[in-house]
Amino acid sequence: MRVLVCVKRVPLTGGKIVLAEDAQAIETRHLGFTISPHEECGVEEAVRMVESAGGESVVLTLGPPEAAEQLRDAMALGADRAIHLVSDGEEWDPQATAGAIVDAIRADETANGPFDLVLFGNESADAGNYQVGIRVAYALSRPVATGLKGVSVEGATVRCEQEAAGGRDVYELPLPAVLGVLEGLNLPRYPSVPAKLRAQRKPIESSSPTRPDSRLEKVRLVVPEGQGKEALVLGHGPEAAPAVVAILQQIGVA
Amino acid sequence: MSVLVVVERTPGGIEDVSLQALSLARRLAAGDPVHALTVGGGNGLADILGEHGVSTLHLAEHEAFGSYAPAAVARATVEIVRDVGPAAVVAAGNERGNEVLAHVAAMTGAPFAANCVAAEPDDPMPVTRVRWGGSLLEEARLHGSPKLLTVQPHTVEAEAAPAGGAAVMDKFTPDLHEADVAVRVVERVAATTAGVSLAEANVVVSAGRGAGSPEGFGIIEELADLLGGAVGCSRAVTMAGWRPHTDQVGQTGTKIAPEIYIACGISGATQHMAGCKGAKALLAINTDADAPILASADYAVIGDLHEVVPAISAELRKARA
Repeated sequence: MRVLVCVKRVPLTGGKIVLAEDAQAIETRHLGFTISPHEECGVEEAVRMVESAGGESVVLTLGPPEAAEQLRDAMALGADRAIHLVSDGEEWDPQATAGAIVDAIRADETANGPFDLVLFGNESADAGNYQVGIRVAYALSRPVATGLKGVSVEGATVRCEQEAAGGRDVYELPLPAVLGVLEGLNLPRYPSVPAKLRAQRKPIESSSPTRPDSRLEKVRLVVPEGQGKEALVLGHGPEAAPAVVAILQQIGVA
Repeated sequence: MSVLVVVERTPGGIEDVSLQALSLARRLAAGDPVHALTVGGGNGLADILGEHGVSTLHLAEHEAFGSYAPAAVARATVEIVRDVGPAAVVAAGNERGNEVLAHVAAMTGAPFAANCVAAEPDDPMPVTRVRWGGSLLEEARLHGSPKLLTVQPHTVEAEAAPAGGAAVMDKFTPDLHEADVAVRVVERVAATTAGVSLAEANVVVSAGRGAGSPEGFGIIEELADLLGGAVGCSRAVTMAGWRPHTDQVGQTGTKIAPEIYIACGISGATQHMAGCKGAKALLAINTDADAPILASADYAVIGDLHEVVPAISAELRKARA
């Protein structure tokens, strides 16, 4: 089977978010980069599917030239090859992102045959627009399910599980399909050193699509108020226990 | 501007997050009609929604609505958009609200702004939306027609309208395509885990990698049990395989809203903090007095969780004896 996973390069924000001077992006000079935990589980799932059924797993990103680092990371987890839609470094809105991904999927499928599954993280870690996968599914006329913490391919169907109040909701989709997955789907492996070395030699196919005008147009980013409150220190070490219990009693939970 | 709100039902009424979305919709409408759409439901809904300022309730009825199918709800919404012509469509920014409006967006080709905390009735529409699970805000301009947006839960108060009456009921049967009902819930598997659910617990006691090992959670479980609460953990802990992902508090884990959150040996990465913004009080137990979590905590104990947590449990037992 052929499985495509879409990922997005985002900064590792750590404990505090600081904005660049123009308030258009996070100040990243001292930060590392990663992909969303949801997407990491998507990569792991694609790799496992191909390990058990044979075929090919492909990872795709729309991002700046530096996003090749995240493609290499995904290939170190086991993805076979990568497609890099090289952006101008500007942010693409969700519709523009979906459009570029659809074009890339069509091009790859013309050359290599259809993908049985296209996996997305349910929402990106940074922008959180909750829509790119669904837009791609409609453009390709494929069924789509989102918010998934369980995915298993059974013949020509994929059984999907979604957490719901008091249990899990189950969906069954015919292949080919598009899925939005969540962290908790699996426990991604740590890449081995040989896997990282192999990833350096795997192919990345690059192209540079043109960015259309944003229809969800970012004006500026703002760090919300309320960060920086002063904690009341109840004490140091075990001697603080009576003060803690007093607080718990005051709140009414002790 | 007239606004259509896609409303989610509970067994006896309306989801609170939908009423919150309705409050923002009413502000956007600024006196123009507010329409609501529900999938199924009884006549009592017209009264509840009327009190919240809805003039017309469009109640979709179809045999396909026996189980949730996101595209079917979206198709019913698109039908009312066509018939009523609202300037904006609003829903709650929970999983289902975002899913349904993304389907509407894909069906109509309109842009969609998810998880807004504010919006103004203008074209393009100025919106403020949540990024990074709430650690950052984005001010944006939403183009297209109609404006599609969801409202970040628990950021807008659900208020009754000053002059509410019963809404006019419009029952209709949407014209669903085959593809609209192809993806639907076919089965509900009951939860296997017993005990207090993390999302609904009154008290959550959690630990990070500082717990040292899976066994290190013994003292965390003990304190949680004493307080009738649930155990949580950081992402580092689930990645190490010490606890299941269902215990993870954070942007990509469970969002909690307890009376008090006791975070032991957790530094306070933005990914974690996005999951505990709903906590009414936060007690941080940390060896590092400069840990980022202290900037979000109400109370702090500076010390090693392995010493502090058992001391709190012992003190609780003493207080109860």
